[in-house]
Amino acid sequence: MIEVKNITKKYVNGDNETQALRGVSFTIKDGEFVAIMGPSGSGKSTLMHILGALDTPTSGTYHLDKHDVSKLSDDELADIRRNRIGFVFQSFNLLPRATALRNVMLPLIYAEMPEKERMKHAKAALESAGLDEDRYNHMSNQLSGGQVQRVAIARALVNNPALILADEPTGNLDSHTGDIVLGTFQRLNKEHQRTIILITHEREVAEHADRIIYIKDGLILEDGSGHERRIINDGKRKSGK
Amino acid sequence: MTTRDILHETFSALTANKVRTSLTMLGIIIGISSVIVMVAIGQGAQGSIQANIQSLGSNLIEIFPGAQRSFGYSASAGRGNAQTLTPDDATAISTQVANIQDVSPEVSGRYQVTAKGTNTNTTITGITSAYAGVHNVQVNEGQFITDADGKNLSRIAVIGPTTASDLFATGTDPIGQTITIKGMPFNVVGVTVSKGSSGFNNQDDAVYIPLQDAQLFLLGKTTYLTTLSISATSPDVMTQVQNDITNLLLQRHNISDPTQADFNVLNQASIVSAASSVTGTFTILLGAVAGISLVVGGIGIMNMMLTTVTERTREIGLRKAIGAKRHDINTQFITEAVALTVIGGAIGVFLGWIISYTVTALGILQSSISTSSVLLAFGVSAVIGIVFGYYPARRASRLNPIEALRYE
Repeated sequence: MIEVKNITKKYVNGDNETQALRGVSFTIKDGEFVAIMGPSGSGKSTLMHILGALDTPTSGTYHLDKHDVSKLSDDELADIRRNRIGFVFQSFNLLPRATALRNVMLPLIYAEMPEKERMKHAKAALESAGLDEDRYNHMSNQLSGGQVQRVAIARALVNNPALILADEPTGNLDSHTGDIVLGTFQRLNKEHQRTIILITHEREVAEHADRIIYIKDGLILEDGSGHERRIINDGKRKSGK
Repeated sequence: MTTRDILHETFSALTANKVRTSLTMLGIIIGISSVIVMVAIGQGAQGSIQANIQSLGSNLIEIFPGAQRSFGYSASAGRGNAQTLTPDDATAISTQVANIQDVSPEVSGRYQVTAKGTNTNTTITGITSAYAGVHNVQVNEGQFITDADGKNLSRIAVIGPTTASDLFATGTDPIGQTITIKGMPFNVVGVTVSKGSSGFNNQDDAVYIPLQDAQLFLLGKTTYLTTLSISATSPDVMTQVQNDITNLLLQRHNISDPTQADFNVLNQASIVSAASSVTGTFTILLGAVAGISLVVGGIGIMNMMLTTVTERTREIGLRKAIGAKRHDINTQFITEAVALTVIGGAIGVFLGWIISYTVTALGILQSSISTSSVLLAFGVSAVIGIVFGYYPARRASRLNPIEALRYE
């Protein structure tokens, strides 16, 4: 359960002030598949950083599973990321000199899980992400783009997070591979009841989600499912479903 | 992260760029091995000088006539000119001072020595039979000077191996040959065992004749002595013996103010400590020069770690995104730096050991490696890793994950 209330984010760079978010509120229930969509500069990256506990808002609150994440220190944020959030990045960000398995195990190393259990969890995650078993011990720089992103998805799954955040996960993939990856997210959402937030600037990609939150200039313009999308004018009130 | 995980990460990071890792390590290897070699050479020099001083005689106390002077003025012309020590002083010391093993009265001076067609300038020492015991002198062939030789004014001489080779052709047996000192012929009856140079004088280049002969023929009917050498019974009584001798001689010479003493008492321990302080300074100097290369090696480590942190910015960002804390990143990079220096240190110690062993085996220089210098080298290399790894690791651990992930 994600509850975002009236979040703002202001960047100060010398004399320049940039207001990236101007008051954003919404709720995402467990098991939802939501796309956050918006052009570049809309504030969607900033929102993703806050949702991913990489950054804290200037004002407003963010509750993830009842935990207030908006006012934590660096190391407390690291704890939240370690235990409750899985990231999938546009540029994959795998360790190039490590095997697929080792890459997937990485979050468990920081979570201090015993070595034997790590292997079990990593294999299960790779299986749900749909990587062929004969690729498990390949170095990640010997895998194809689609395979790499599956490893990255498995890595995001492995610590059994409350939320999977995918930042432009198809941005570096051709459309066919991209569709497969998006299919994987849909399957994880439907079959494993994973909560997934997809950040993208492409409507085509966003359409794979059940709900789209459209952001522009730091405000939510639209929020709703594909059939009944509601235009929000003041951006401060969350949409009814 | 468990220790095993950290070591795994360190291993894969260090093997990722083997050339850079080994070049960086080379800096530490050179630094540590040069410290090991330099300290080994310094300590080797110290050891051999001390051994040579000890070979002058054990628990030795020497008394010279003339004004008070400290060690280091051996070239002083006062020696041999002042006529303040007498054989009676020797007798008094041997009878009145406790814990004395032996007393050896001596006169010495440098004279030209000639044998059939050859000549050399060397130290002639007039001695009694006590000399052998006090100074650890042994004859290699022939016999030593006895007290009877002195009483009979036998014109005999015992010569050192260097003097023997200077005066006589190789293959000639020096014993039975005649040498001439100040116009007087002396019959060679023995050759001493080689003792080597003490760094101050060559004990193998010497001629020994009976004390009375020297006083009569060389110094001209004098009864004065140029040196009184005394061996104490053990190292523990050296100070007591030295003090007792000083007091006895002051009393015998009717001197009330010790600073006005007309003789000078030196004990071997002070000679050894003077020599040790010289070689100790020498060792520190060598070690410091080598230490500079170690610091340069450490800066190399820091340079490499900073480059690594920059190169791996995205990786650090990712690690942070998936839950690594500052502490985890810090530990990982410090461990990398320490692994570099400790592995480099181990190789350096090994290399240093081989070099100093070779140098000693080839007879170029005396060197000795002590366990303490090896442990110190290891400790120092670990500390260098921590010190020079600290800043890069801190930089890595403080990277903002968002910016780090965006880094190109």
